Amino acid sequence: MTGQTPNTGTIAALRMTRLRTRLQLVLIMIGLLAAGIGLTLMTGPSMTTPIDLLRILVGHDVPGASFAVLELRLPRATMSILTGMSFGLGGVIFQTLLRNPLASPDIIGISAGASAAAVFAIVVLGWSGAAVSITAVAAGLTVALLIYLLAWRDGVSGARLILVGIGLSAMLDSMIAYVLLRAPAWKMQDALRWLTGSVNGATLEEALPVLLSLAAFGGLLLARRDKLEAMRLGDDTAAALGVPLASAKVLAVMSAVGLIAVATAVSGPVAFVAFLSGPIAKYIAGPGRSPLIRAALVGALLMLSGDFAGQHLLIGRYPVGVVTGALGAPYLIFLIIWSNRTERKL
Amino acid sequence: MTTLTATALQAGYGPSTILTDLDLAVPPGAITAIVGANACGKSTLLRCMARLLRPSGGQVVLDGRSLRKIPTRELARSLGLLPQSPIAPDGITVADLVSHGRHPHQGMLTRWSHADDMAVAAALEATQTTELAERDVDELSGGQRQRVWIAMALAQETDVLLLDEPTTFLDIAHQVEVLDLLVDLNRKRGTTIVMVLHDLNLAARYADHLVAILRGKVHAAGTAHSVLTEKMVEQVFGVRCRVITDPTSGQPMMLPLGRHCTTAQSSDGGTLS
Repeated sequence: MTGQTPNTGTIAALRMTRLRTRLQLVLIMIGLLAAGIGLTLMTGPSMTTPIDLLRILVGHDVPGASFAVLELRLPRATMSILTGMSFGLGGVIFQTLLRNPLASPDIIGISAGASAAAVFAIVVLGWSGAAVSITAVAAGLTVALLIYLLAWRDGVSGARLILVGIGLSAMLDSMIAYVLLRAPAWKMQDALRWLTGSVNGATLEEALPVLLSLAAFGGLLLARRDKLEAMRLGDDTAAALGVPLASAKVLAVMSAVGLIAVATAVSGPVAFVAFLSGPIAKYIAGPGRSPLIRAALVGALLMLSGDFAGQHLLIGRYPVGVVTGALGAPYLIFLIIWSNRTERKL
Repeated sequence: MTTLTATALQAGYGPSTILTDLDLAVPPGAITAIVGANACGKSTLLRCMARLLRPSGGQVVLDGRSLRKIPTRELARSLGLLPQSPIAPDGITVADLVSHGRHPHQGMLTRWSHADDMAVAAALEATQTTELAERDVDELSGGQRQRVWIAMALAQETDVLLLDEPTTFLDIAHQVEVLDLLVDLNRKRGTTIVMVLHDLNLAARYADHLVAILRGKVHAAGTAHSVLTEKMVEQVFGVRCRVITDPTSGQPMMLPLGRHCTTAQSSDGGTLS
């Protein structure tokens, strides 16, 4: 049927060029991330020199610095990166599936649902660890289902789904505030974590479930990314191309909710990281495939730099969610005004 | 040759039934055009044949197997569909869009292969879109864009291609261009083509087999000469017309008579018969 045409080579070359461009960008972002980690590990009330840092990382004990680096800064950086990647990837999946940058899980209440469940489990039930993660995932899925059912009216339109989600999100936020107020004893830092998100007091043990969820859900999403790409062509075309629509959508949404919920269970609903990562990655990457890995890396960079800015660059110390919230809010307003004027798809 | 038939097909959306007991046999290796008035069930029929819509009764059979029993990916290797208004994601390039046609040929573990590159290159060449390969789909003209979508369906390398109004929103030059392309495809690759068309005259000229649908049933099916009659047009479309012979193709063509139409003399002096 298809003979060798002189253009076959051109098509292959075109594909390789694109692959190389994508790889280059990913490598640059990993480089930036590595630099960010180095900076985070060195910076504190007392600075650690690069040489000391290297010595600590290869196992030497540097009095006065080892504790700060290994027990305080390293868990914090690890947590920022893992949650940032989860938020970035989960967000871009939602935005791609619903073809709308506003349909991010932190806007439509998925994060708020996971956060409300986590804060309830921790503060009221006294749970910790995996139980909290599982509760958060269950709540995230419940909220996703609820939004879908409430937005259903002979089918689901993107705009109605987003409005329903925003409404639910507001309700869940007030539930979080209520639980925090009723809690027997709560600290300002804890309250802020569940309201805006924070990586304060992170430990490596807490980061483990995030790593596992990133490996499982993220791996699943990447393995099935060709289906996600085909679904961007619309349901009919995707079905005609052999994508089993129902299962592909359910799996993608559940994986994305899993990523968001597990990360939210440890760091709280860090404002706008999920919302911002996809569009930023898309802007940097230019046209082409939906940027999954790049969105995850943007998420990690946002978390890491947001936390760094909140800890060291501003007057006073702020949790990361305050910084990312300040970044995301103007973009949200811009997007609402702009999407009113043009039909925009991510 | 792949055979595609629908027997006692019933289908609709929600409570409303659109197709009522429809039988259709698509002639293999030929071009079939489905015509009918708005909301008669043309697109519903096409959606059933592509398994986008589950019939409430009857069945569609592809090569002796009920459509329902064929695995999704396998079906997509033998039957392609171009929806009426497909969505091109923002900033997608022509080569990427056409590459999507290879989706059913790839498994979880099989990577993009040389055969895939060849199929994409061949599809671009067949639709004369090779030089557009690196362009954004958004930047193309309507006719170019439709050719690119057809290229995607070509890269799928299916024996049957279904098209829902492939010429809508195109000017007459682009309509002819797209239909010529489909004829090339049919003659060169032997692809069975089934398309919903609005323009009766273009349908009569380009299709080997014409199917007229009326209220969810096949009203008439056969060659253009046997189907495109004044009586059929009046019954199916509710419009009076004259049917004459197209001087170029020898196929029948119809001229609608509106309320304001008066009997005219044709240029050679005779009246239109």
